[in-house]
Amino acid sequence: MTKLSLLKIACAALLVGAAPLSAIAQEPLRIEITEGVIEPLPFALPTLVAENPAAQEWAERVTQVIADDLVGTGLFRRIPNDAFVAQITEFTPSITYANWKAINAQALITGAISVDGDQLNVKFRLFDVFSEAPLGEGLQFGGTTQSWRRMAHKVADAVYSRITGETGYFDSRVVFVSEAGPKNQREKRLAVMDYDGANVQYLTDAASIVLAPRFSPTGDRILYTSYETGFPQIYQLDVGNVSRVSLPVPAESMTFAPRYAPDGQTVIFSAAMGGNTDIFRLRPGGGPEKLTNAPSIETAPSYSPDGSQIVFESDRSGTPQLYIMDANGGEPRRISFGQGRYGTPVWSPRGDLIAFTKQNEGRFHIGVMRTDGSEERLLTASFLDEGPTWAPNGRVLMFTRESAGAEGQPALYSVDISGRNLRKVPTPQSASDPAWSPLLP
Amino acid sequence: MNFLSKAATVAALLALAACNNADRFGAGGANGLGGPGAMAGAGGVTAGALDPSSPAYFNQTVGDRVLFANDQSTLSDAARSTLAGQARWLNTNPAYTAIIEGHADEKGTREYNLALGERRANAARDFLVSQGVSSARLRTVTYGKERPIEVCSTEACYAQNRRAVTVIASGLTS
Repeated sequence: MTKLSLLKIACAALLVGAAPLSAIAQEPLRIEITEGVIEPLPFALPTLVAENPAAQEWAERVTQVIADDLVGTGLFRRIPNDAFVAQITEFTPSITYANWKAINAQALITGAISVDGDQLNVKFRLFDVFSEAPLGEGLQFGGTTQSWRRMAHKVADAVYSRITGETGYFDSRVVFVSEAGPKNQREKRLAVMDYDGANVQYLTDAASIVLAPRFSPTGDRILYTSYETGFPQIYQLDVGNVSRVSLPVPAESMTFAPRYAPDGQTVIFSAAMGGNTDIFRLRPGGGPEKLTNAPSIETAPSYSPDGSQIVFESDRSGTPQLYIMDANGGEPRRISFGQGRYGTPVWSPRGDLIAFTKQNEGRFHIGVMRTDGSEERLLTASFLDEGPTWAPNGRVLMFTRESAGAEGQPALYSVDISGRNLRKVPTPQSASDPAWSPLLP
Repeated sequence: MNFLSKAATVAALLALAACNNADRFGAGGANGLGGPGAMAGAGGVTAGALDPSSPAYFNQTVGDRVLFANDQSTLSDAARSTLAGQARWLNTNPAYTAIIEGHADEKGTREYNLALGERRANAARDFLVSQGVSSARLRTVTYGKERPIEVCSTEACYAQNRRAVTVIASGLTS
């Protein structure tokens, strides 16, 4: 019925061929992410076919990561391979759908992998079992063996995208603060990892307190706050060569809470001096420009995805609340009106929602609201949850959860925007202040 | 007070100072300015008596810290009294500079607490300046909730963590 074509990508670096999706099935396999409680969609994922003997080990590893990505969303359930009534031993477009209907697999993912020196080649197809049709065309990814996880994430992103209609988020990284030591002498280091906790790399040593890193929109630079001079000050770090520079900030100020504008060049941040904290902007080649001018605390600014507005936190009403102002400053309008205190607002990459930290009646929550403040929904509750960051597709949030008491430690958690699928993100040590990268190219 | 009980008091204060010292100057503290080295060097505390012009005397007898109510940076009467004593000490010991650290408890977001800590440090600084201490001798730094001195998660600990600490350093601020 449809001709499957494998796009051949030849490049030394990892590249992705995005084949056009073809509308094939009558009632396409579909998960609506925004619906409330849903039954995870059962899928079959036979171990990728090893096309040469050296590929066998890679086949198992890549298959496992694809499965972990999909199952980790809470939207999919993997049918154990020992339940299969048939095996896939060849990567072919012809499927005996009855074999997969028999085990109630709604989706079938098949794939193959070959290895040539340090080059891996991964291909896959996705089938809608009950419509008896492929869902989209076959795709092929090539890269080095070092990037094997990225290839697995690319496959999972494609499957997720075809079934949900949303872009994926598995091939992404998270920068965070790795923490060690007692609560009153915490040592903090900047670190980056894959979204799932793999491939942790440390970017700074523990000599100075570091706080709240933020990725640039292209993922190649990181803004963060460091105490290396003895005072909090914002820095920009180049992820490629791990070199860092301080930014031109107002004289005699302490600076923190930096974040990039969507242009990747302009930076907004908070500067505190003389007992007052306001929001400033740094444009390329320019000096700091003050965007707020109030005796209250203005902090935690975050741009709208189109760069036209800034949401931030202010206690001008007496308690911390959320406000939106024009990107050039001006009179802000308050958007949070519920009980309690609101902070750390972050605009969704989709533009539709603002995630925040809320403190009410002794508990902390991560929540989302529409950009006009309506439809507030609290997604989590604990002794201390704070600092949400959006997955690149705006469907999942990661945040810091810290436990109480002398032995309290922070850890990273994720939750989807319907409040489902709360999960701890594995990290080698305690961890805080996550910031999600864009989807990698 | 007889000599023995005085000596016991001094010993107790010294023990307390050592404890405070260890807590306050954890890794990542205000390096270089007002660090433990500067304090030990200037302290000159020997058995028996506290030199009234020593930072140790400032920390223990004058009182190096003031506490704040929840989410407040307003100085209480007790805080003003302590700071007035700090100002007198600074005015009679003009060779010393000071860094005022502002701290918050853990019940707040990281960013807000950094701003709140700066407010607290600045409130203490402004009071010292109002008492005649030259602003050129004072700097402020906020630690937000990064450096609690008490680690429990109850109000008793939070009350100790909501503080502004005047850390004496020798020499002029560069």
